[in-house]
Amino acid sequence: MKLDKSIVFLISAFVISGLATTIENRLNPYYFQILIYIGIYIILASSLNIINGYAGQFSLGHAGFMAIGAYTSAVITSALHVSRGSVFSFPAFAIALLFGGIVASLFGLIVGIPSLRLKGDYLAITTLGFGEIIRVIVQNLDFLGAARGFTGIPKLTNSFWVFSTVALVIFVIYNLVNSTYGKAFLAVRDDEVAAEAVGISSTRVKVVAFVTGAFFAGIAGGLYAHFVTYINPMQFSFIKSFEIVVMVIIGGMGSLLGVILSATLLTILPEALRGVAQYRMVIYSLLLVIIMITRPQGLFVKRRSIKKNAAPQTELS
Amino acid sequence: MSELLQQIINGISLGSIYALIALGYTMIYGILRFINFAHGDVFMVGAFIGYYLAPHVIPLFGGNLILAAPIVLIVSMAGCSLLGVTIEKLAYRPLRARPKLTVLITAIGVSLFLEFGGQLVFGPDPKLFPQLIPSGTVVNTSNLVINSNSIVVIVTAFALMMLLRFIVYNTKIGTAMRAVSYNHYAASLMGINIDTVITFTFILGSSLAAAAAILYATVYPSINPLMGIFPGLKAFVAAVLGGIGNLAGAALGGLIIGVTETFVVGYISPTFRDAIAFSILILILLFKPSGLLGRHESEKV
Repeated sequence: MKLDKSIVFLISAFVISGLATTIENRLNPYYFQILIYIGIYIILASSLNIINGYAGQFSLGHAGFMAIGAYTSAVITSALHVSRGSVFSFPAFAIALLFGGIVASLFGLIVGIPSLRLKGDYLAITTLGFGEIIRVIVQNLDFLGAARGFTGIPKLTNSFWVFSTVALVIFVIYNLVNSTYGKAFLAVRDDEVAAEAVGISSTRVKVVAFVTGAFFAGIAGGLYAHFVTYINPMQFSFIKSFEIVVMVIIGGMGSLLGVILSATLLTILPEALRGVAQYRMVIYSLLLVIIMITRPQGLFVKRRSIKKNAAPQTELS
Repeated sequence: MSELLQQIINGISLGSIYALIALGYTMIYGILRFINFAHGDVFMVGAFIGYYLAPHVIPLFGGNLILAAPIVLIVSMAGCSLLGVTIEKLAYRPLRARPKLTVLITAIGVSLFLEFGGQLVFGPDPKLFPQLIPSGTVVNTSNLVINSNSIVVIVTAFALMMLLRFIVYNTKIGTAMRAVSYNHYAASLMGINIDTVITFTFILGSSLAAAAAILYATVYPSINPLMGIFPGLKAFVAAVLGGIGNLAGAALGGLIIGVTETFVVGYISPTFRDAIAFSILILILLFKPSGLLGRHESEKV
């Protein structure tokens, strides 16, 4: 069997992140925390990129999927009384994360189905609404701590879990984009009607995109919950979804490397510029508008060939 | 029975505020075919203009609220019109020929900018909106209380809606608006200046949002820079519910959302307040995406 480059990458990333756990205690805890956040945001932004960037389904509900993954995995590890450092914690955490991902992807399926009929603005606001509905439901569920939040989550997240998931996301996206299957994603994004005409099932593409994106968002939520050890519904409001969307847009929708760079940059930047922390969202939003007007393809992406027959200025109806 | 009546009146009062905001969404959608996400935040700015203005205007009239309130309302409407037109000129106009998604993201950007810029300028903590409507009880029986607020809100909102209806259906610029919403290209061939019509639409929409804000703030006097998000989203749902692009639909949708929300808060649980509109949205988009009064548009290749 020919050893694929991407599999080599995946395995070496697993090994390196495994090795990294042995030295992470020597790292300054503050830097370590930033490193973990960078990893989690890369997972979130890259998984949203599958939905928004590759399949072209503009979703604003990513924090909702993250919340589902966070709460599901937290419930599992709490129910199993997993404690940090026990031998049992490794498989238990793996199962908890996986379940978080699976439950989130089930919800991805539920959101994916209306997306078959909606596009653009409607889809955006429906997914936003969906994320908010999840938050409101969690706020009303007493066994999840309701608005008080969920406490006492064991601190199981370490660099191994975060960075092997990062590697896995990159692996999945890389192989997706370079496969025939992934080309179908891009075709649906660029022109749904034409894609249907050449025999691509746009329904399947959209649903697969939502399920995959939601799965990784769910895992990211689980990693986040087991790092901060306390979660409450307000952490997963639509502001969080917006933050992730901004990362994807600044990095360039449909750009693997661009989104990784922007997720890294936008996580470090507010930490590096502590003094201007209150301007963070204002700067993000201005960036968003300026980038849309001047560089709609994203900061780190070269402009693709300009479409000659782009949408005409006036719509004849 | 009288509790039901009470809830209906509160619902209509809230719903007519949503209707005013929804009219802005629906008009801008009708002309430009995109959702102006920043509309809810223009609403918020309207409330803050009123907040800063009222303490200066009320003493001018010797504390006479009946004279002062309309002045506050009109200045706030003018301020928001200016804001709406500026947003359109700076952010939306350069993008008019671009894909819809680009415009949508820009609108989200403008919305976030107003929200967080508002937190910097006005401060993030809630502020108490000054009293603009003389308080009083119009009807007061053992279990039905109707105060002057809800009556003033309903009457003002309906007067503004009638004024809007007159402008859109009985004036030259209104005819031009309808022509542009029907077909940009043909309208421009008939000598209609598209840019003027778009500017005028933003003036109408933003001033209605400001009026809604002043009314909203008299009923819910705690205002903050993020206050526009949920009324904005709910009004958007109202516009979709009624059939986006349809004026009567937006008004009807606003009333339905307002009454439903009041009922859910009153009879089920106030924690579901913000989820109800989204549930309605998902249902309407799944079963009747063109809305109650909208006409169905088939997709063209």
